[in-house]
Amino acid sequence: MGQHELHVTVNGAGRTVACDPDTPLLDVLRHDLGLSGPRFGCGLGLCGACFVLIDGQARSSCDFPAWAAEGRRVTTVEGLLDGDTLDAVQQAFIDEQAAQCGYCTSGMVVSAVALLRGNRSPTEREVREALERNLCRCGAHRRIVGAVMKAASEVDEQAR
Amino acid sequence: MSTPPPAPPPLPATLAANPVLSAWLDFTRPGVVTIFTGKVEYGQGVWTALAQVAAEELDVDLRRVRVAPVSTATSPDEGVTSGSRSIEESGSALRQACAQARHLFLAAAADRLGAAAGALGVTDGEITTGAGGTGLTYWSLAGQAGPAGGGLLDQKAGDPEPAKAPARWSVAGRSAARLDIPDKVTGRPRFLHDLALPGLLYGRVIRPPAPAASLAGLGDPPLPGGVVTVRDGSFLGVVAPSDRAAVASARAVAGAARWEEAPSLPDERDLKGFLLSAPAQVVTVDESHDEEAAAAVTRTLAAEFTRPYLAHASMAPSCAVARWDGQRVTVWSHSQGVFPLRGAIAAGLGLAAGQVTVNHVEGAGAYGHNGADDAALDAVLLARAVPGRPVRVLWSREDEMGWAPVGSAMLARLSAGLDAGGRIRTWRQDVWSNGFIGRPGSGGEPRLLAFAHLAGGQPMSPAPDGPPTGAMGSTRNAVPGYDIPDRVIVRHRLLTMPIRTSSLRSLGAFLNVFAIESFMDELAAAAGADPVEFRLAHLTDPRGRRVIEQVAHMSGWGSRAGQADGTGLGLGYARYKGTSGYCAAVARVEAETDVRVTDVWLAVDVGRVINPDGVINQVEGGAVQSASWVLRERVRFDRTRITSVNWDTYPILRFTEVPQVHVAIVPAPGQPETGAGEVAQGPVAGAIGNAVADAVGVRVRDLPLTREQVARAIEES
Repeated sequence: MGQHELHVTVNGAGRTVACDPDTPLLDVLRHDLGLSGPRFGCGLGLCGACFVLIDGQARSSCDFPAWAAEGRRVTTVEGLLDGDTLDAVQQAFIDEQAAQCGYCTSGMVVSAVALLRGNRSPTEREVREALERNLCRCGAHRRIVGAVMKAASEVDEQAR
Repeated sequence: MSTPPPAPPPLPATLAANPVLSAWLDFTRPGVVTIFTGKVEYGQGVWTALAQVAAEELDVDLRRVRVAPVSTATSPDEGVTSGSRSIEESGSALRQACAQARHLFLAAAADRLGAAAGALGVTDGEITTGAGGTGLTYWSLAGQAGPAGGGLLDQKAGDPEPAKAPARWSVAGRSAARLDIPDKVTGRPRFLHDLALPGLLYGRVIRPPAPAASLAGLGDPPLPGGVVTVRDGSFLGVVAPSDRAAVASARAVAGAARWEEAPSLPDERDLKGFLLSAPAQVVTVDESHDEEAAAAVTRTLAAEFTRPYLAHASMAPSCAVARWDGQRVTVWSHSQGVFPLRGAIAAGLGLAAGQVTVNHVEGAGAYGHNGADDAALDAVLLARAVPGRPVRVLWSREDEMGWAPVGSAMLARLSAGLDAGGRIRTWRQDVWSNGFIGRPGSGGEPRLLAFAHLAGGQPMSPAPDGPPTGAMGSTRNAVPGYDIPDRVIVRHRLLTMPIRTSSLRSLGAFLNVFAIESFMDELAAAAGADPVEFRLAHLTDPRGRRVIEQVAHMSGWGSRAGQADGTGLGLGYARYKGTSGYCAAVARVEAETDVRVTDVWLAVDVGRVINPDGVINQVEGGAVQSASWVLRERVRFDRTRITSVNWDTYPILRFTEVPQVHVAIVPAPGQPETGAGEVAQGPVAGAIGNAVADAVGVRVRDLPLTREQVARAIEES
């Protein structure tokens, strides 16, 4: 296992981490950088619990090798806060009580933020499609879709 | 002659068993009320509801209430968090403990003030008189010596105090925001998977490849420095200084292990044959004979319904941490029952219960007895190799899907007799299933996975199924909740367990209600009656009638005849366990061979409600999960191995596939609370099955209602 120096920007700060180049990015985020937001669910990129933004795109970090993250900008759910102020999506999840166990929530929030950055007024269908790769086992789907729609209307409002 | 005064009503059971008030309440931190419960939070929102109960009864602001983490060291033993009994059990106990505490505080304040206790009130924890605040508070009074020494609450609960009437509630009975959601949307450490303890080491278990497999040999793979290998019989694990090293080492050890595996699983394509041919314990769970009714039968119908094995498939693989300190071990687990887990670990290792402490830390959503307890034993066994150091064990997704207990495959065989007027007079229901009551300690066995793998370990015996009633195990809800005079309900509990089974949300109710409600529609059709009218004609319970009438109204049942081709509406109804919450559901589907559930409407009566939004959230979630079970889910296996080990092989419903869910609570403030987490499972299954039959004109009796199963039913019709 050759060591490798990974240079990556995480939540706005440049970080250097020594690791095997094939180490999953999720492992670097959780164990080297102490971030608990991205969560391990399946290890194969099938459930969405580990989603982060990589250069603005929502994608799984459990199957994303460290070498591929070199020079990229990674944002986790923790990085969506502005100081103590929640992102509109995070606040909407609280307002709509859009969770049960909440293990999938980080990944849901990340997918929703990515969607709203590219589409300020999505239809409900577009929201569902954007969240299609995120699994929720507790059945909080209705609330999650409602929260994203609410956040969208607020983001859109502010932009006007 | 005067009659003796009536005996006071009994205390709630878990308060009677844990009677010292300070076991439930603590006022040490100024301005904070800490409540202790034995029920754990796993996303169902129970802690928020329990905090509401306490705030209401004590007259304090909800924001002052903290729920103490559940631990065998500090919490009242309230058994397992299961069966939708948390509000009924812990809520009642806490309410009564709070009512008694309030009474003691007021009496103590009355003494100090020289006032009558009856003239005093409480505002946000401060004792008040008609003139306003007194400066005395719960916190200032709590330190006052009680009759048994210690503080004021270090005394046993007395005769029950009257609790506040729901009509006077201002905190309970109103929706409250869940206490745990802010941490979850910001990614703060909250789950056991995030627990950082000083000196933490990382463990992985290398499981056998199949249920019937044993370790035949182990090579000597090169491992990174500081890695410890643990081998005991067929139990194999590694402990490493980092998670990364643990994963790499587990992979290397797995590659060096030689296993002997044997076929031991039933034929997945013939579960019916397996269920009917396996040896079984046969017991009648309900019987009522009425010869006159039986003699009036002019027409008999019969049908069989099946479900496959179903997985919990929690979003997080199971996790646990353990640390040995000399002869004592401390465990951190997301188990639903820390006390039974403590007992099982102690019994299996020959320890006294006092040598084992189990602390609960939240995991992902749990829907019954998943891998949490097994992971706890794994951590205990690995930590034994590194005394003094905490070891965290995390299961892989594949082990979670392949080794956690599952909900049993089942067959229900029904027959019923109609009289000339189209009334049901007789009903017989036979249920074949493995047991559902396989939690740690059940049947006097530890029932933790690794004990079977250790050297000299015995295979786990087939799971028990609980008392033979229509409320428990595989026969939960096997007794139809309709007025039928002549009934025989029989449980066939399998005495062989090729695939390990235990509790999964609603136990046998999911299949039994699917079967009964499907069959009710078949009987209604035979009687030439509308499904809603037919049910109401056999249901005198007014609460049951109300939820059916409400859901029919919500779903536009009356205009059902005018639906487009390829769409269908179906109804399902049950009173959970026959004694608990009422739920009626209507599903709307679009179906040819592919079934899409577009909407589910539900009306529930769960008695008094503490947190209405919490109830709605639970019912919505139950409906979506039930729809996923009905449409997609099935544990897959060949004759040797479980093969549905990740989300690609065990698909669940996704965002574009889940129905719109519409929930109404039918108020019943005068009725005791019943819990809401499981009421939807059966009725939604029945509703979807009936809607599919309505849409395609063919009855599909084998779950899941996949394209293949629907096509087969059409072919066979």
